[in-house]
Amino acid sequence: MNLKLKIWRQKDARDKGRMVDYNINNVSPDMSFLEMLDVLNEELNNKGEEPVAFDHDCREGICGMCSLFINGEAHGPDRGVTTCQLHMRKFKDGDTIYIEPFRAKAFPVIKDLVVDRSAFDRIQQAGGYISINTSGNTQDANAIPIKKHNADMAFDAATCIGCGACVASCKNASAMLFVSAKVSQLALLPQGRVEATERVLNMVAKMDEEGFGACTNTGACEVECPKGISLENIARMNREYLFASMK
Amino acid sequence: MAKSALLKSTLAKKYWMALTGLFLCLFLVGHLLGNLQLIFADALQFNMYALFMTTNPAVKILSYLTYFSIIFHAVDGILLAVQNQKARPVKYVNNRPDRNTIWASRNMAVLGTLLLVFIVTHMVNFWAVMHFNKDMPLQTISITTPMGGKQDFYITTGSGSSRYLPVQQVDGENLIKEGNKFYYVMPVDENSTAAKGSDKETQKAFFAEGYKDLHKITVAFFKNPDYGLIATILYVLSMVVLGFHLYHGFGSAFQSMGVNNPNYNLLIKNFGKAFAIIIPLLFAVIPVYIHFFLKA
Ligand code: HEM
Ligand code: SF4
Ligand code: FES
Repeated sequence: MNLKLKIWRQKDARDKGRMVDYNINNVSPDMSFLEMLDVLNEELNNKGEEPVAFDHDCREGICGMCSLFINGEAHGPDRGVTTCQLHMRKFKDGDTIYIEPFRAKAFPVIKDLVVDRSAFDRIQQAGGYISINTSGNTQDANAIPIKKHNADMAFDAATCIGCGACVASCKNASAMLFVSAKVSQLALLPQGRVEATERVLNMVAKMDEEGFGACTNTGACEVECPKGISLENIARMNREYLFASMK
Repeated sequence: MAKSALLKSTLAKKYWMALTGLFLCLFLVGHLLGNLQLIFADALQFNMYALFMTTNPAVKILSYLTYFSIIFHAVDGILLAVQNQKARPVKYVNNRPDRNTIWASRNMAVLGTLLLVFIVTHMVNFWAVMHFNKDMPLQTISITTPMGGKQDFYITTGSGSSRYLPVQQVDGENLIKEGNKFYYVMPVDENSTAAKGSDKETQKAFFAEGYKDLHKITVAFFKNPDYGLIATILYVLSMVVLGFHLYHGFGSAFQSMGVNNPNYNLLIKNFGKAFAIIIPLLFAVIPVYIHFFLKA
């Protein structure tokens, strides 16, 4: 199939940037979205033009490195997938596809479609861990009894890959879904309870400091999240924070 | 840390939005029940209710809480909206929020600002008149005398013979009205202690209150030949705005407070949606009824 692409091009962090039109022909419906961009870049390279910079790593939906705001949605029109798992069969011959970087004050553009998401790392460093050395002296998994339901919810929260689609989709560029997934994954387990109070206070403070917006509960994040992280986690963080700040 | 966290963080701002928002929802229910008397009760009952609402100490506390909630909710909401705008300085060229959110949820600040305009206008039109207008008419009743003539009486809080005061006699020699209060005027007794050191020749004694005729003001407002229809339409439109604000807001407030339990979510959501439709609808019916159906 033949497609028209409108891609955000920006030389570096200081460049103003603009949308540039490209035509790409003979795209196979079986290609992934990133493979389609690889083909485009090959063509640009052959013509001696600067290829389009975009993020990726695993290309199987587990690392959270790929991003892209495609036709007005984070990770494109498909549900429950990252951009690397999005297939060109989701588009039609002759379609125009807008490709933009994730937009947020806390995610500044580095180049073209590549944004700096290290704000997420700094939030993690503010408390998204447990201070116990677990390497070398691993306990038996069943030594501490944990309710199946809690274990399941903790596991679901832990599937967040930190891609930032929640921030990109949110009208307020809020990081609540990501932070609440990281808070919940530990708050639901006995090992995580020990530092739960400081954790939620510090991670929320860091989140605010990084310049993410507040949550209006629109629910865009949950719809666009490739891992189906639930809004329940945000409510859990709201509870955790309320009790923690009254302690 | 903990103390400042409860005021400054984005989460805390949302707790206050939710608390004040839900309190205002309770206020709406009370206010609606009062207003519905314009349809289901007579003028005197409505005016008696209005007097109660402006004088009862418990109601006073509730009304100050309401003023506070509106101001706090509006200021907090605008602060959040500004912060949220700043969080995305460069907008998307192509954005499809309709694919993942409902319209109301994306426009809470616009809807809220419209509500603020409505609330201010509404208070100027009715609340300020009730509280500050010195020439506010008092409720009267017309009685046919045995001779066939008609005579107007003020209805008062007094009992017995002072329950009805002939309008003609008020502001005469021994009966005066100031605001909505009636006084007997008596010549000063030279020997009384009250008269000592006073050069007044008369002395007045409060004995009853009239009922400010808010019913008449309200009916006249929505039946006004110049702007009554416009006022009715604007009121109905404002209730549509309220409906959208609540359609998202009611459920959202529970989520903000951390209440999200799969067993109850559907109940909260559906109750919120019903609330967002029924309450504004009933509010809107009142001016429509007055403008089009009430016999003046
Ligand atoms: C009778 C009047 C009002 C009622 C019953 C009401 C109710 C609510 C409720 C229940 C919420 C949800 C709170 C949450 O998400 O936690 C809300 C949100 C909001 N309200 Fe109101 N509200 C009223 C008037 C106003 C006014 C006058 C403004 C003025 C600006 C306003 C601005 C907002 C904003 C901006 C939000 C969204 C905040 C956010 O999530 O970012 N509201 N309202
Ligand atoms: S919550 Fe979902 S959208 Fe947000 S970072 Fe995690 S995986 Fe990505
Ligand atoms: S490249 Fe790893 S999730 Fe897409």
